[in-house]
Amino acid sequence: MGRKITIEPVTRVEGHGKVTIHLDDQGNVTQSRLHIVEFRGFERFVQGRPYWEMPVLVQRLCGICPVSHHLAAAKALDVIVGAGMGDGLTPTAEKMRRLMHYGQIFQSHSLHFFHLAAPDMVFGIDGDPAIRNVIGLVLTNKELAVQGVMMRKFGQEIISATAGKKIHGTGAIPGGINKHLSETERDEFLKGADPMNIDKMIDWSQAAVDWFKDYHKNNKDFIDTYADFPSNHLSLVRKDGAMDLYHGVLRAVDSEGKKILHDVDYQNYLDYIDEEVRSWSYMKFPYLKEYGKQNGWYTVGPLARLNTADFIPSPLAQKEFEIYKAYTGGKPNNMSMHMHWARLIEILHSAEMMKELLNDPDIVSGELVTKGQKVNEGIGLLEAPRGTLFHHYEINGKDQISMANLIVSTTNNNQPMNNAVNQVAKTWMSGQTEITEPMMNAVEVSIRAYDPCLSCATHAFGQMPLEVSLYNANNELIDYKRK
Amino acid sequence: MSEKINFIIDGKECQSEEGKYLVDAAKENGIYIPTLCNYEGLKPKGSCRICTVKINGRFATACTSPVHDGMNIENETEELKDMRKQIIELLFVSGNHFCPACEKSGNCELQALAYRFKMMAPRFPFAFPNKEIDASHPKIIKDQNRCILCKRCIRGIKDEEGKSYFAYQNRGKDSLVVVDRKLAAEMTAEKAQQAMDICPVGSIIVREKGWDTPIGDRKYDKAPIGSDIENN
Repeated sequence: MGRKITIEPVTRVEGHGKVTIHLDDQGNVTQSRLHIVEFRGFERFVQGRPYWEMPVLVQRLCGICPVSHHLAAAKALDVIVGAGMGDGLTPTAEKMRRLMHYGQIFQSHSLHFFHLAAPDMVFGIDGDPAIRNVIGLVLTNKELAVQGVMMRKFGQEIISATAGKKIHGTGAIPGGINKHLSETERDEFLKGADPMNIDKMIDWSQAAVDWFKDYHKNNKDFIDTYADFPSNHLSLVRKDGAMDLYHGVLRAVDSEGKKILHDVDYQNYLDYIDEEVRSWSYMKFPYLKEYGKQNGWYTVGPLARLNTADFIPSPLAQKEFEIYKAYTGGKPNNMSMHMHWARLIEILHSAEMMKELLNDPDIVSGELVTKGQKVNEGIGLLEAPRGTLFHHYEINGKDQISMANLIVSTTNNNQPMNNAVNQVAKTWMSGQTEITEPMMNAVEVSIRAYDPCLSCATHAFGQMPLEVSLYNANNELIDYKRK
Repeated sequence: MSEKINFIIDGKECQSEEGKYLVDAAKENGIYIPTLCNYEGLKPKGSCRICTVKINGRFATACTSPVHDGMNIENETEELKDMRKQIIELLFVSGNHFCPACEKSGNCELQALAYRFKMMAPRFPFAFPNKEIDASHPKIIKDQNRCILCKRCIRGIKDEEGKSYFAYQNRGKDSLVVVDRKLAAEMTAEKAQQAMDICPVGSIIVREKGWDTPIGDRKYDKAPIGSDIENN
């Protein structure tokens, strides 16, 4: 008799989602799906609002990485107000926004690695659920946990100093930024009391990368084979091929490293990318038009960025990048759990970039805003912590939004996450007669690697109830467990 | 010069000039009576009722009541504070006031009063009215979602001939403050800014200018509304 397993909600991810796994009569997994069960409606209800509200309004999509939405919207509006296609801002505006963005990447990646992902590594996928969480981490590996908390705090303080608030600030405005960093703030970040200074953050970031490399050495089977499947990879890169998380051209490579999207201007993204709607999820499935729905799906985020970039423009991260790339012989890395490794290298890069920007005199003085000839359409992309984020707006003759299209990072990762779930479910659940908590967590671990923000909304992280329902082929409930 | 008179607010001996409006007389004595429709330089209307006090035991609006010798005024009683809070809550539920995405946030008197009166969730159900945004004027946008019908713009924003840029339209629950199309077509940037500043909420906004003041430098970022009077 066939069965259907539901994991709902998925825990230690941002937002609400559920997983269904269908088993045949022999208990083999026939189909697995990650369903996104929330509906937000932002693209519709922003219509009619004045365009300059967008950076502040749409960032409410998320409480974890609002800066990404704030800046992507501001970048789209830069185009609308005639401030160029990402290259026309004043040096102060560009650098303040970059500082805000690197603070954001730093805090969000720290949150994900230390609070959400590390417990699975420290305690094991089948570790006791009672301690397999950040509290357990604090109790057993205090040093690592404290580093995670303080690193997140540092990133949040950078955001607060550049955007006015740690969450949902107002720094970026169409055509620029509304403030400088004060010299006092800058000095505090550069030379603050231990550990709250940028040098310590760089040290800790390096230590986190080293910690992962050590862990990897002892857990190669888990890290290398868990949810490993070929994928295309997409991200922004700087025009010279360097990693650039704030601005660049769109590049995609296939699982073998062949370029399949050749550094194109993202203002033309609609020529290259389309979105498919499937009846069982509120989240769309984006794909590269040229390769179709079946083969054109791609991964975004840390793994993809390290696969598309030719180099990282900061010395310590570049050194780690070379080690990382050598592991796959320079080929793209398709191992989902290596996302954590890539994420930690990005933490290190962000810390180095913050130091460079903090030492730049443009952040404490200079012109804030620039504007030119207004147009009625603008597209803003950046690399959010979770991957490429698209904001696209059109305005009418009265300065009101007439169309909005947002493709958030997690949406881009929809197909890869479904593939990861499917692969892990097949490995862990096929032929099993009883569904255990470790098996359910195994599925969640594969999703967690992508650090999905399922609602891209403000949700408290933490232990949510996990329900598993078993259905037979007639959709009758035959077993139910809750933790 | 008018004669100095003595009166009492919440037990405190106060002095002012005979006939001065109570809101202003209280201010002279370091006492804040909250207002919303009242605006310095405009003739008071007493329409929002937020400044309601008890004068010799009877309810009265402080912005329209002249002060007289020997008056005994209650201002900060629990009863009055709750009545004022109810008015604030009613204003919130009768419009669409979404502070997180409003550019007046931090400079908004209604929001500042809600903070001062510690409004959490309103006790009344939200009306969620279907309101329009009038974006047809060259210098300003009139967002009806946020209008509290205080008439400050109608009374205060006039051209050189004394004609108001704003006017009431409809009656009762359908009342709207609308913009005079012809006058608005000639509105200067300075006048537009005056209109935005006189509006206690975010209903009148200057086009293409939002959020140019960083968080921390906005009117009510550092101290609650009224504290400038109380700390004087």
